[in-house]
Parts: sequence; structure tokens; C-alpha cells
Amino acid sequence: MISTASLKKGVNWKIFLRNYGIVISFFLLCLALSLVSDRFLTWTNILNVLRQSSINGIIAVGMTFVILTAGIDLSVGSVLALTAVVTASLLQRGLPISLVIITGLALGAVLGSVSGLLVSHLHLFPIITTLGMMTISRGLALTYTGGMPITTLPSSFDFIGAGSLGPIPIPIVVAAFIFLAGHFILTRTNLGLYIYSLGDNPVAARLSGISANKVILFVYALSGFLSALAGMILIGRLDSAAPTLGSGYEFDAIAAVVVGGTSLAGGEGNLFGTLIGALLIGVLNNGLNLLNVSALWEGVVKGLVIAFALLMYRAVK
Amino acid sequence: MAENQVSLEMHGISKSFPGVQALKEVDLILHRGEILGLVGENGAGKSTLMNILTGILHSDTGIITLKGKPVNIENPRQAQIMGISIIHQELSVLPNLTVGQNVFLGREPRLPIHFLVDWKNLYYLAKEHFKKLNLDIDPHILLSELSVAQRQMVEVARALSFKADIVVMDEPTSTLTEMEVKNLFSLIHTLKEQGISIVFISHRLEEIFRIVDRVIVLRDGVLVGSAPISQVDPKQLVMMMVGRELKEMFPKESLPQKEKVLSVKNLKRGKDLKGVSFDLHRGEILGLAGLVGSGRTFVARAIFGADPLEEGEIWIEGKKVQIRSPQEAISYGISFLPEDRKAQGLFLKLPLSSNIAITDMKELSFLGIIIFKKLQELASSFVNKLKIRTPSIFQIVRNLSGGTQQKVVLAKWLALKPKVLILDEPTVGIDVATKAEIHALMNGLAKEGVAILMISSELPEVLGVSDRILVMHEGLISGEFLRQDATQDKIMLCATGGANNG
Repeated sequence: MISTASLKKGVNWKIFLRNYGIVISFFLLCLALSLVSDRFLTWTNILNVLRQSSINGIIAVGMTFVILTAGIDLSVGSVLALTAVVTASLLQRGLPISLVIITGLALGAVLGSVSGLLVSHLHLFPIITTLGMMTISRGLALTYTGGMPITTLPSSFDFIGAGSLGPIPIPIVVAAFIFLAGHFILTRTNLGLYIYSLGDNPVAARLSGISANKVILFVYALSGFLSALAGMILIGRLDSAAPTLGSGYEFDAIAAVVVGGTSLAGGEGNLFGTLIGALLIGVLNNGLNLLNVSALWEGVVKGLVIAFALLMYRAVK
Repeated sequence: MAENQVSLEMHGISKSFPGVQALKEVDLILHRGEILGLVGENGAGKSTLMNILTGILHSDTGIITLKGKPVNIENPRQAQIMGISIIHQELSVLPNLTVGQNVFLGREPRLPIHFLVDWKNLYYLAKEHFKKLNLDIDPHILLSELSVAQRQMVEVARALSFKADIVVMDEPTSTLTEMEVKNLFSLIHTLKEQGISIVFISHRLEEIFRIVDRVIVLRDGVLVGSAPISQVDPKQLVMMMVGRELKEMFPKESLPQKEKVLSVKNLKRGKDLKGVSFDLHRGEILGLAGLVGSGRTFVARAIFGADPLEEGEIWIEGKKVQIRSPQEAISYGISFLPEDRKAQGLFLKLPLSSNIAITDMKELSFLGIIIFKKLQELASSFVNKLKIRTPSIFQIVRNLSGGTQQKVVLAKWLALKPKVLILDEPTVGIDVATKAEIHALMNGLAKEGVAILMISSELPEVLGVSDRILVMHEGLISGEFLRQDATQDKIMLCATGGANNG
């Protein structure tokens, strides 16, 4: 259902660039890195990039849903931290892993729902609402742990972050599933159509009989749920949970979404773009590592890439 | 008199967009103090021509001469400096500023300390300006508190506040009521007397014949006719515009039945609705006339559950119902086409197919999963049925013309197979051919038994299409007429509060 209009009247380079510019940039970056570093195009490194991108990717899926409704969720990193420390402490108390996982994910969904309710029913601005949720969750995570990380989780939990299914690490499998499921919801279900329509024109959506409040509640709940899921993968890999986890993750997630061509004004964009956006950021991080660029420069480079991507979209619009 | 002095000449103007030749060698001459009518169907090139004149677009070829001097109009600001002002069809006013701020946007009077605005003076000037234009709007209130029509009047006032000697009015009357149109026309005459030339674009032929001195006709980007208005009749004009003869403008053939489909009793909400009651019958087209601000739209929104009611009852097919949201209204078989299609009706970034299907997704899906085959069949059937001109059902709606967009919104509501269809200004800004199609469609629906409530500011439309007519004034029904008894004068009398009862 994505702009089929571009199929007519031969090739329109503007539409072509708008749809595929990000893919081209991504492959150019990969090409450049494979030329300057012979370690880049190795199986180990590729899996490494994918695994590192999977956490941001999962969060970015939720962020895409939220941004498509013209909202934003700044609380993803803090929700990740709070659900992670709660999950870790429950694990340490020896509760069954499946129960702990369900509890942790539910906590994420509940935290997201709180933001969702405030945005939908009380018409608060998403940016302020989730900014509040961001500081509250972080504060709760810090209080809950007394500021100390929770270490040595039961080894049976490690598979989530460090296990693998055949040759493919579990985080990559989970992220792939989330992307596919998200894509299915957005393109093949009523809910997906309602999300796009609500972001495009909320007044018309309400007058068309769409339960706008429920849709908004859903996207924020999903964002919280996926943040919690990403948090579990993260602590599974680190084998510990610190209350400071996930700080700045909202930036990477929003960056992936926006670089992927989803409009912050809502109603326009797709998960394919977000996937490429997340991979681009992953490759960028990896490339900076391979080239031994100081970690201190990372933020600057990422910021410039995003600014560049936005300028490009503006230019071809 | 200086009547014959040429004020503006556009010669050999051509303009093409990717895939479309919008204008082909178009000539236009405008004399001092002349009111020139510019007519043509949607997409004929009227707006493109005016956008070139006002510097928004640049022509591929052609020369523009102002008072004998060739000029190059680079941008809208330059056009303003040269004395060319335009009132756009689509409002370009800013809703979060006050009326006064909008009028003087970018040209605010300053205090002696230059970077501070002299607010007192600004509002004084705005008030004086409005007085001259016979406008009763408080410059201090926010624009967002005004109705669409009032916003349009503010836009007119803003355009006139530039000391322009050429004023382009692109469908200035499309959302105005008869009264406001009269005000506007007397204003246009005042401007004419001052030697100001006016290009007047309108789909309402009756207005063209009332106000303009000369008319030019565009069809598919080509100038097909130019004549003093006294030398053409409406039929000839329509034929030039459409390229063929249109039969009756308002064919009428529906037969209302006795059975009540919708009854509302004593609807009340603040000062917008002060106790409105009426019945709507199966197969009936009920016209709802009245000045903008008389509460017409509030009646529709209340029935549709878009605004909460304070008091009052709604009965559907003999059963009392509670409607608290559009969803509930839809579940009772009510459809509502809102007046502002872009702001309230369309999803401009989504394809035509989704726009049509969105109200009916429960039917077009299984367990929440869209059945695309059904969805596409529905969209295609409406594209055929309503003769929607589009390259494909996947076309993004933003790229369609105004009349086509209106058909898309209509299709969205017809997809629900409503029992009650409420239409708020269904033909605003739509060309004559499409308008006739929509009227024919309404007649067809009424014949099938749909009960239609049509709100319209255009009296000839109300008189031509309705079986029965209600008139509103200040939140109350002030008159009711059967089709055969109604006249423009009687309706206007009720609409302005001049009659106690119909």
C-alpha cells in the first residue's frame, strides 16, 4: 500500500530518492567501510552489528508506531531500565523465568499505557508526558536498586541475550520477528490503517468513527512493552541490570525512525525505513569502532548523520 | 472615464507541470476599474494563471505587463509591492493569532522604539478597516474562534488592507452566506469606483452574472472564450466551460415517504442550539438554510455525536437513542459529510482506497486483518459509481483535484450504506459539472430511501435540491417551507430573523 503512485509515468527521480535514498546511503556506507577495513565484511562482524542493532531496532519499532500517530516517546530508555531492574530482582528471588518475563513485559506495557492514557484521554502533549514518564521511571529504577546494579543473574536467563537459534543469535531472531509482526500490523490490519489515518488527520479520524483513544493507548503500550523486551535482551547479555541502563536510547530509536523516513508530523512512513535506519546507526557505531575513532566523537558523528538525512528528505520533498 | 485604460496584460502565458500542460498560450487583459470573471472547471488552469500573476509560480513562457510596463514577478511579496493582492481559495490565515494580528501580519504598526509593536494602534486600525468593509468582527479575538466564513472575511479584509490596485479573488464566496455575499459585492463595487481592478473566480454562475463586467473562460489550460457579460447567457457560458451542453442544473425527482427516519426534539447546547426540533423522512431531502453561525453545523454535529448535547432527544426509526460519539452515530446508520473536506474529511497522505474504506473496515476485514480484495473492490466500485477521476485507486488523495476529493469523502460515507445522510456544504468550491453529478447522486440516494439532511449556504442549491426547507436563525428553526412554497426572499427573511415563523 506504499506510494504506488510512483510506478506511473516512468522514473521520477525525486520519488525514487525519497523511497530508496536511505537504502542507497546505507549500502554506500557499507561499501566504504568494507574498503577501509578488512574486518567489516566478516561473518562475525556482520552478526555483531546485527546483534548490537537488535536492541535499538526493537525499541525503534515501538517508536515508529508512536511517531506515526504524530506522537513521540521519550521514556523508552528509562522504561527499559525500570523493567530491567525489576526483572533482575525477581530473577534473583528465584521466580520461574517464564513468569518473570511475563511480569517484566507487562510492567513495560503498563508504564506505556500510563503515558498513552494521559495523551489520549487528557490530551496532554506526548513530548511532555513521556518526558515525565522518563524521569519518573528512571527515578523509580534508582530508588528500587538504591543506585546499585543487580549482578549475576541465573544462567538459564542468559539465552535471551547470549543464546542462539542455530547460527543466529536470539536477539536477532527476536528483532526480526518484531519487525515482521509490526510490519504486518501496520500494512495488513485495521489497526494499522487507523494508526496512519490518526497521524494524518486526527479530526477526520474521529469523525470517521475511529476510536482514537484506543489507538493512541495501544501505540504507547506497545512502545513500553517493546522497551521492556529490549531491556531483557540487554540484561541477558550483560548478565546484570543497572538502574542507569538505556540512557540515551530514546535518541537512537528516534534517529532510526526519522532517518528511515517516517515523518514526525505523523501519518507517513514504514518499518522498512526504520529497519534500515537502525542498521545504519548500527553500522555507523561499528565503523567508528573498527576505525578506532574515539567513543567521545560518536555522538557528534551520529548527530551529523541524522541532520544530513533530514536535509536530504527536505530536499527531495 | 478611464475605463479603457489597461491595467494589466498577460500575454502568451504557458506553464507545464510534470505530465500536465496546465496553461497553453493564455492571454488576459484587465482594465482599470474592471471586474473580470474568470471561469472554468476544476483543473482548467484558473488557479495556475492567478498563481503566476501573484508570483507563486513562474510561467514557462509569456509576458506580463503592468500599466504598460513589462514586469517580472518573482515572488508573492514582490507582487504585493506592485499592487497585486490575492485572496486564496484555501485560507492562509493563522488560527492562533488574533484577527487584528492576522490582518497586519508582517506590517504591524511600530512604537517609536522601532522593534516594539504598537498593539493599541494595530487594533484601532483593524477596527477602522473592518468598519469600512461593514464587517462585525472583534479584532481582539483569536482566529480559531471564528467560523470558516468569518475567517474568509478576515482574509478578504487582509488582502484589501494592502493598497492594491489589482485584487484577485479566488472563490471568495464559496463559504459565504447570501448576506455576506451581498456585503462582499457592495464592497467590490466600492473598490471598482476607486479604480481598482478585480479578477473574480467563482463556480457560482449566478454570481458571475451579478457582479462581473466581462468574463473569460478557460478549459484544459486554453482560453476558450472572452466576452462582455451582457453578451452571453448562462447556458452558453456553461457550454464553453464544459465543452458540451449540461441538461438541467438541479434535476429534481425524489419522492419523500411518510415514514420518519430521524426525529430530533429540543436539541440544546449553550447559545449554539436553543431547542431545535424536526423530523426527517425516508427518501426526503431536507434543506437546512441559514446564515453561517446560525447553528446549522451544530445541529449536524450534535446528531452525529461530534459535540455533546446538554438537552434534547434523538429518535431513529421510532426508537429513542443516545449518541455520544461518531462511532455510535455510525452504528445507527448515520453518515456525516463535514463542511471542510481537507480539515475534517480527508486523509491527504493516504491512498484513495483507504480513504473510502476507512469507515467500513469492520466489513472489509476478518479478525482485524484487512481483506484487500474486498477493500479494492469497494474502492473500485465507488470510483465507477461516482465517476471519480483518478489514475488508480492507490492514488494519494493529496494529488487529486478539489471536486474529486469531495467525491472521495462522499464515497467514504456512502460505503456505510447510511439510512440518514447529513451533508454539510456538499458542493463548496466544486465546478458545475461535478456539482450536477453530486446533486443527481443525492436524488438517486433519496429514491433508494436514504433520508438526506443538506446544509447549504447557496440558496439556489437549497431551493433546487430540497423537498422541504428549514431555516435557522440564532440557534432556532425560524422557518419551514415546502419546496413549492419557498423563495429566496422568504428564506432570507427567516434567516435574518425578519420573520417570526414560516
